[in-house]
Formats: sequence, C-alpha cells, structure tokens
Amino acid sequence: MNIDFTPEERKFQEEVRQWFAENLPSEIKEKVELGLELTREEQVAWERKLGEKGWLAANWPEEFGGPGWNATQRYIFAQERALASAPNVSPFGVAMVAPVIMAFGTDEQKQEYLPRIRTGRQLWCQGYSEPGAGSDLASLKTAAKREGDHYIVNGQKIWTTQAHWAEMMFCLVRTSSEGRKQQGISFLLIDMNSPGIEVRPIITIDGVHHLNEVFLTNVKVPVANRVGEEGQGWTLAKYLLGHERTGIAGVPESTKQIARLKRIAGEDTVNGTPLLENPDVRRRIAELEIDLKALEYTNFRTLDAMARGNPPGPESSGLKIKGTQLQQGITEALLEMGGYFSLPWHTGEAIGMREYNTSTLRYNFLRASTIYGGSNEIQKNVIAKNLLGLG
Amino acid sequence: MDFSLTDEQQMVRDSVERFVEKDYQFEQRLKILDRPEGYSKEHWNSFGELGWLGLLLPEDVGGFGGTGVETMLVMESFGRGMVLEPYVPTVVLGGKALALGGSSAQQEALIPGLIEGDLQLAFGFAEQGGRYDLARVATRAEKSGNGYALSGTKSVVLNAPNADKLIVSARTGGGDGDAEGISLFLIDAGAKGVRVKPYRLLNGTVGGEVSLDGVSVGSDALLGEEGNALPLVQRVVDYATAAVCSDAYGAMDAVFRRTADYVKTRKQFGVPIGSFQVIQHALVDMFVEVEQARSMSYMVSMKVDEEDADERMRAVSAAKAYLGKASRFVGQQAIQLHGGIGMTDELDVGHYFRRLTMFDNLFGNRDHHVERFASLTQ
Repeated sequence: MNIDFTPEERKFQEEVRQWFAENLPSEIKEKVELGLELTREEQVAWERKLGEKGWLAANWPEEFGGPGWNATQRYIFAQERALASAPNVSPFGVAMVAPVIMAFGTDEQKQEYLPRIRTGRQLWCQGYSEPGAGSDLASLKTAAKREGDHYIVNGQKIWTTQAHWAEMMFCLVRTSSEGRKQQGISFLLIDMNSPGIEVRPIITIDGVHHLNEVFLTNVKVPVANRVGEEGQGWTLAKYLLGHERTGIAGVPESTKQIARLKRIAGEDTVNGTPLLENPDVRRRIAELEIDLKALEYTNFRTLDAMARGNPPGPESSGLKIKGTQLQQGITEALLEMGGYFSLPWHTGEAIGMREYNTSTLRYNFLRASTIYGGSNEIQKNVIAKNLLGLG
Repeated sequence: MDFSLTDEQQMVRDSVERFVEKDYQFEQRLKILDRPEGYSKEHWNSFGELGWLGLLLPEDVGGFGGTGVETMLVMESFGRGMVLEPYVPTVVLGGKALALGGSSAQQEALIPGLIEGDLQLAFGFAEQGGRYDLARVATRAEKSGNGYALSGTKSVVLNAPNADKLIVSARTGGGDGDAEGISLFLIDAGAKGVRVKPYRLLNGTVGGEVSLDGVSVGSDALLGEEGNALPLVQRVVDYATAAVCSDAYGAMDAVFRRTADYVKTRKQFGVPIGSFQVIQHALVDMFVEVEQARSMSYMVSMKVDEEDADERMRAVSAAKAYLGKASRFVGQQAIQLHGGIGMTDELDVGHYFRRLTMFDNLFGNRDHHVERFASLTQ
C-alpha cells in the first residue's frame, strides 16, 4: 500500500499544470474563481482550445481520439483543472452522450458526433426530467411515435441545463406504453434547431439562467438518430449514470474551494484580527478539510479498483452523498464568514470583498447538488437495496 | 497509488482474522473479561509464536520490520473481535518507544522478551491537569548520585497493572508545560516507590494510576536524550493513535454488520423493520461513515511512518478527528436500531459501543485533533 504518484505521474502533473498556467485567460480564471457564469462564447472558446490540445475529451480512449489516460491521470488532470480555476467542461457531450454513443451507437453515429464533441464544435443538453418524472424518471411521458423513417415527438422536458446553448439534445422518450414502464423507453438524439422545439428559461435561486423547459411539439426526428434498439433507452440511461462514479465526488473542486476559503479567512479581518484566528471559523474550516481528506481517500480507493479493471467497490456508493454534502458545507461556510458582505446581490463591482458578494451564487446553486443526478434520498434507496439487501 | 497488500501482509491479515474467528467469539471473550488481569496469557503467548508481537519492531533487533500498514491489518481484526490483549500498550506504545528511543543495551535487554511474549509494558504520558497536552509534565526527575529520583503521578496508564516495566515521561528541566526539559525513563514496575492503583477501563481492559515517590533509577534508565523527549513521545503516541483508528474502523464495521443483519430479522408490525425506509436510510448513513472511516484508516496507516513530523501529525489528526466523530455516530445508531435489546450487557452491540466510546477519548479526542490539524494546515 502506498499513496505516492509515480515519477511519470508527477511529470504528467507538471505538464498539465504548466499548460493551464500558460493557456487559461486571466479574465476567465477570475470569473471561475468568483463563481460567475461564463457566456456561451467564452465557454465554447475555452472548450475549443482544450479540444485543439486533445484534452477536451479527457476521459476518452485513444480509439475515439481521446488521450487514453488511465484513472490516475484523469484524476490528476481533474485536480489540476480545478486548482487552476479553469472552467468546467460542459459534461453533456464529452462525458455523458459520448460514452453511450461509443458503447451503443452505430458507426454512422460515431462518425457524425464524436469528432465534433471531441473538438468542442457541438454543445449538448440532456432531456431526461419531466414535470411529472423527477426521481421517478421512468414514468416519463414525452412520446415518440414512429412514422416511416421518423419519430414524431411530443412532450415536455424540464431542468434542462444549457438547453439555450445546445445544438443537440439526448433525450429519453416513450416509444411504448406496454409492459413495465422502463421497457417502453428509447434514447433519441434531437437537433435543437428542429421545428417544434421551444426553449423557455428557468431562472434559479442564484438569479442565473442555467436551466430551461423544453417543449416539443410534433418534432420530426430521424429513426437513424435513435441510439440502441427501440425500448432499450432505460438500459442506456443506467449505463450513463454508472459511467462516471469518481467524478461525482467533486474532490478536485472541493480541494480548490477549501484552499480559497483559507485564503479569504486569512485576508479578511475583524477588529484587525484575521478571521482565521476566530476559533469557530478555524475549527469549521479544519473540519471541512478533514471531511475532504476522507472523501479523497475513498475516491482513491475507487480509482485504484478501476485501475485494476475491477468495478468500483461499495465505498464508491457514498461518494455522491458525502461529496455533495461537503460542497454545500463549503459554500455555507463562505456565505456565513461574509456576514453583511454576502448580501449585495449581483453587483458587478466589489462591495467590501468581492468573494463574499458572489458567495451566494455557489451557495444557492449548489443546493441542487443533493437533488440532481439522483437525489441523495434516491441514492440511499439504491444503496439499501443493492448493497445492504434491504427492502 | 496502490491499495493492494503484499503476500506477507495478506498472510498477516489472514492469520489475525482466523484467530479472531476461532478464539474470540463473544462467549470466549466474556471468559477472558472475567480474568483479573483482563486478558489471556495463553493468547499472548500465541501472539508471540505467530510473530505478531515483533511485527512492527526493526529487523536488526529481531523484529519483522513492519510499517503502519502491518499494524493496521492486526488492529482492524482486533477491533472486529474486541480483542482485550494489551497489544497497543505493550507492542505499539512500549515497542515503538524502545525501537525509536532505546539504546542498544536497552533494546538487547528487553526486545527479545517482548517479541516472545514474556514482557508486558505500559507507557505513562498523561497527567491530571494536562488533558491531551503531552508537554504538560509535572512529574519530576531530580538528579541524584549517578541517576535520578522520580516523583509524580501518571494517570490512566493503559495496562499499568500488568506491566513488568513502565515507561514514563518526567521533567529533568523547565516548567510544567514547557516543551523542553522532558525525558523518558524506563523503570521496573516493582521498584521501590512505585505504586499502581489498578482499575478497569470502559472497554474492559485494565489501566491504573501510577504514582512515583522518589523512585531511584540509574542513568541507564534514561530512554533517549535527556530533556528532549517530547518529539519521541509525540511520535510514539501518534503511532498508537493510528493503531486505534484501525481498531475503531474494525469495530465500526462489525457493529454495522450486526445491525444490518438484525433489522432483517427483527419483526414489528408484521414485517422486518429493515423494510421501513426510515430504518434503511439510517443504515445507509452508518454504512457510508464506515466506508469513510476505512479510507481514513488506510490513509493514516500509510502516512504514520512519514519522517516529516508535520505531515505525520496532519494525517494522524485528520484520521483521529474523523473517526472520533464517525465512531460516535455508528456506535449510537447501532444501539438505536437494536432498540431495547441494544441496551443490554448480554449483547455484543453494547460492548462495541463502549469500545467505540472509549476510542474518541484516547490519545486526543475530536476537539484536540481538529485543533491540532488546524494549527498545521492554516
């Protein structure tokens, strides 16, 4: 047992660190640090830059034009990205639909989509949730009716992140209402410029437009845009959910945020004394950092299992629960450290410390982290059933 | 990064697991608990024969040269079995103090007996009024002739009533709380002026108050450098802290499994209580903490041999603070989910609870280690 990186891994880490230092524009870095939303143009420009370097599709195998990194290299890359305050890559293309296309898509679909995704030339969104299908996703109602070479799709999707940016949406639709509700679902790739699609913004409690409702009225989708067999959609959706177990813990991002918390608490003063010398603040930050350590090592255990070609062990199941609790705990600490200065709302200029002014952006938005990707309550149901043999 | 075990390590793990399974069933353990010395000398002798007593001692004195990982493998199973034998006081605290601070004469005189199972040790470092501060040493060692005369009281010394030799910290200079001026002494438990007031501890093992009334020792009783023993005491106590972290993980995992089994068989309202979602989520919360605890047990076992003292202390404090909190939670929830039967002394669950309750108060509790972690990271 040992935890050290090999000399090659350290060299790789150095290379990645240096690339970010040389290539990340300072105005983007600042926005990311403060938790401000990038514009579509900024997001796309950054993703194309990564794409040119061959690092946008960081987790892809070489076969599809990815760097072919192992689990440790991917972890190092994610850590360096977060520490550099580089933007998160939009996950819906590279990390979500692409693995499904690689595993279940036709050769035509692979050729059509993978090169664009890999180079940052196509943004995607995820059409899963519906007003009546949240945690109970399989009860979705958006219907796709076969007419010759096309499906005619009618229904409504909701909570669709970046639908207002995306060129494509991967979408779960109902192609049959026979049998179990999971069996009549299919997986379609829908062009967002198709007639009959209407995107309406949802402003979230951080005051920002991330999410949308997507209305589909008689939208024509070629049958060739179905991934997998008709009725196989639920299998594909589960494959996708199980695909990235380690990323979900958010260790790199939390590492960065705790370092930032310490910096801010060291700079801010109360009656001339750094906030970090307040015993309550000091203890609170230390406890967050200790929780991070535990999460980090649980993540390492999962990476180690994967590096050996084993499935993630039981430890990985708690990663989402603990990881999101930690993210929320960090944002809450910053919000409360800020006192009055966390109250100015979307000011665009610093009122006192700017870090406090924008603290409510992350605090408010990350309330969603324990809801999305299968709420933490759903995660507990799954662990109880699959790992503990209960229920 | 590599979490796999070597073949030798796997053998150690297997043999300790087998021992706990075969010789440490709950009824067998209760019989050992009834003995006045609180452990089984027969078991201790087999530990010696199996090589476990020399596992973490250096090879040049006849040990196995094991690391924190070997210690972890032993302690995890000991925690599962709630083993009572004084492995931590004698092998980890005593053995490490001798290995790191002992002169070759001291090592030659004592380590062979320790490895074979003929020697019991106890390490007195805590005093009233000092809480977890290892530098708070009011016990005095005055120069006297060619040696020293020791006076003072060491509190809650694990295994003191069984010990043949005592290792104690005493002040050869400076004031009560100074980091400088602390020395370690190796004394005979039967020496004139040594008095041990024995008692049982929360987990069933024995401990005692050790009072020293002008105990006269030669200069060869000094363990390590005069006046500069604090770093050694810290290192040895850190090693023991890592060891009890793995013990606590083992106990948490065992009591969690018992609880998961129990809710599948205990019926109320005509169904197993494990069919209720509120019970399921409570168990999942325990499960997640047990897995985090395991990660911390691995982490500290890999870091405890670290030469850089700050890095070692950061790792030890992070693990101890995390496990302190997690073990409270898991112990309390195990009682809660067992209901009334969990309150009884006849069920093993309450014994796990007491072992885990004791764990947080040993070698620095949560508050202490969160503060030490903060001071090393902020």
